[in-house]
Amino acid sequence: METIRLVHLSAVDIVIIAFYFALVLAIGFYLRGRANTGEDFFMAGREMTAWVAGLSFLSANLGALELMGWAGSAYQYGILATHWYWVGAIPAMLFLALVMMPFYYISRTHSVPGYLKLRFGESSRVLSAVSFAFMTVLMSGVNMFAMAKVMQIVLGWPLSFSIWISSLTVAVYVALGGLRSAIFNEVLQFFLIWAGALLIPILGLYEAGGWANLKVLITHRASAEYVHLWSGLGSFSSNPMGINWVGIVFGLGAILSMGYWTTDFLVVQRILAAKDMRSAQLAPIIGAGFKMFVPLIVILPGLLGLGLLPMTLTGEADALVTGGHSYNEVLPLMLARYCGPGLLGLGVTALIAGFMSGMAGNVSAFTTVWTYDIYRALINKKGTDAHYVSVGRWTTVMGVLISVLTAYLVMRAASIMDYVQALFSFFIAPLFGTVVLGMLWKRATGPAGFWGLFLGTLSSISMWAWVHADPTALRYVALSSEAKPMAQDMFQALWSFVICVIVTVAVSLVTQPKPDAELQGLVYGLTTIPSEGEVAFYQKPIFWAGVVVVVFVALNLIFW
Amino acid sequence: MEKGEISIWFFIGVSLLVNGVLICGAGIYEYIHPPLEKLVLFDKHAGIWWGAILLLTGLLYCIRFVPRWTAGK
Repeated sequence: METIRLVHLSAVDIVIIAFYFALVLAIGFYLRGRANTGEDFFMAGREMTAWVAGLSFLSANLGALELMGWAGSAYQYGILATHWYWVGAIPAMLFLALVMMPFYYISRTHSVPGYLKLRFGESSRVLSAVSFAFMTVLMSGVNMFAMAKVMQIVLGWPLSFSIWISSLTVAVYVALGGLRSAIFNEVLQFFLIWAGALLIPILGLYEAGGWANLKVLITHRASAEYVHLWSGLGSFSSNPMGINWVGIVFGLGAILSMGYWTTDFLVVQRILAAKDMRSAQLAPIIGAGFKMFVPLIVILPGLLGLGLLPMTLTGEADALVTGGHSYNEVLPLMLARYCGPGLLGLGVTALIAGFMSGMAGNVSAFTTVWTYDIYRALINKKGTDAHYVSVGRWTTVMGVLISVLTAYLVMRAASIMDYVQALFSFFIAPLFGTVVLGMLWKRATGPAGFWGLFLGTLSSISMWAWVHADPTALRYVALSSEAKPMAQDMFQALWSFVICVIVTVAVSLVTQPKPDAELQGLVYGLTTIPSEGEVAFYQKPIFWAGVVVVVFVALNLIFW
Repeated sequence: MEKGEISIWFFIGVSLLVNGVLICGAGIYEYIHPPLEKLVLFDKHAGIWWGAILLLTGLLYCIRFVPRWTAGK
């Protein structure tokens, strides 16, 4: 059967893609001599500047699901998808910078499970490390599958070819240069993603006749609610996503995004590599500043597709039956619409860079957690530093291979986005409850941390299984019979967080607290935050956090 | 002579510069030899000006962050 492809690459496109692979490998080889100690390999020597850490922090999140999935979601749900970039990211990133980062940084932990070990004890660390490792390889597999799928659609490449060539490249440059190599490549990938993707909204808005005309086109083809962020969130039935403002503000903004951006080690690891406390605080703020504008290259192309593409896109299942295109193909379709030789190569490179940065983020975080929090904690406590570096290199390769296997397993998943949202809800929301209580409430005890995390996670899995077995159960989880599947993830996160907090508080009150002396540097009230020294106001994290807040509020009002 | 450290910003400069040259060159070639099947907004010749922007940005980064060669110990 002949493979149908959206575009044909010219020689110059292939040169651009080949040059990208050569460059990322060259960076890995160049940095291989600077990854000989554990601190170098796993923590990039803790010498990253705020800009490098901040861009890497954001880039590690710009994976396959960001570029392809959210462009598809924008086509499907309209501008509501922007909530995952604004209220679903910015407050959490600022909270990480201003409130949580001091505890992570001062404790000198190498990972989030490492912090739990210091704060609550070994059992909490093992529980979170194992769940994180499980989630990470699944995420990595999803990334690989999404990348292979887009390469198949856009270029006609076989799935296995895309999976193996990208995964082996990531394995080589991360195994050689460790976290430093992953971070450096993520910064490079950040620039390439913008260079390759920014032309679509520029040309798309030109073709549409500006934002005002695009809104008219979308209203005509879909409805007016597709171009409003908040005005349709009064009830579940008045917006295309089938969610209300409670789910967005509390489920997404207060729990799910807080959990992801402040406790998912994939992103937090980049900040822990910062060279000093001020850089560690500025990095998430720099990330937030850029995050606010990522919708330009992800959401806007989806909206432009909705307004301009001559065909109607559908869900994956319908697309398979009709032979049409699915929502997730909107970004490559827009790329094929505007980009000729050279630009097409750069656009495809941007997609590959997005996939590889996400994959490298997952692999490097998995490597650290496996080596420090599982292998060293449970299997071999007495190894030398060189031994753990060697284990880290092999774990990188093994992590990639497990991800490849996972990619083959998830090929039959009905919906990539729903799958990953479900995973986030399982682990991330309860973990946020445990970590934030550990940082802000000194009375929280070790057993309480474990049981809160365990029962919170169990409740989340139970709710998911309940709705999976009986879809009508969603009305109880989301408190409305009009709720749609996207609402499930938000409310599931909300309830699992609440259960985690209630259990943690209850168990704390009946168990023996740790002495204050053991909580120094780990808990609010018992930690001395180092002075920023004599720096001008415009060099202080709080000033730039204020700037981000002003822009964030303005954007939400403009697109209300 | 001892090799100086290469900044990540230099790698980025090289990447933008090379991509800019290739894209701008391909855009100019298409301007001189237009294809039979034209893309939407082909007449805007995005490859030429977008490639030029990348090229100039890359050049600036390369100049600003070129590795320094220092005397050995």
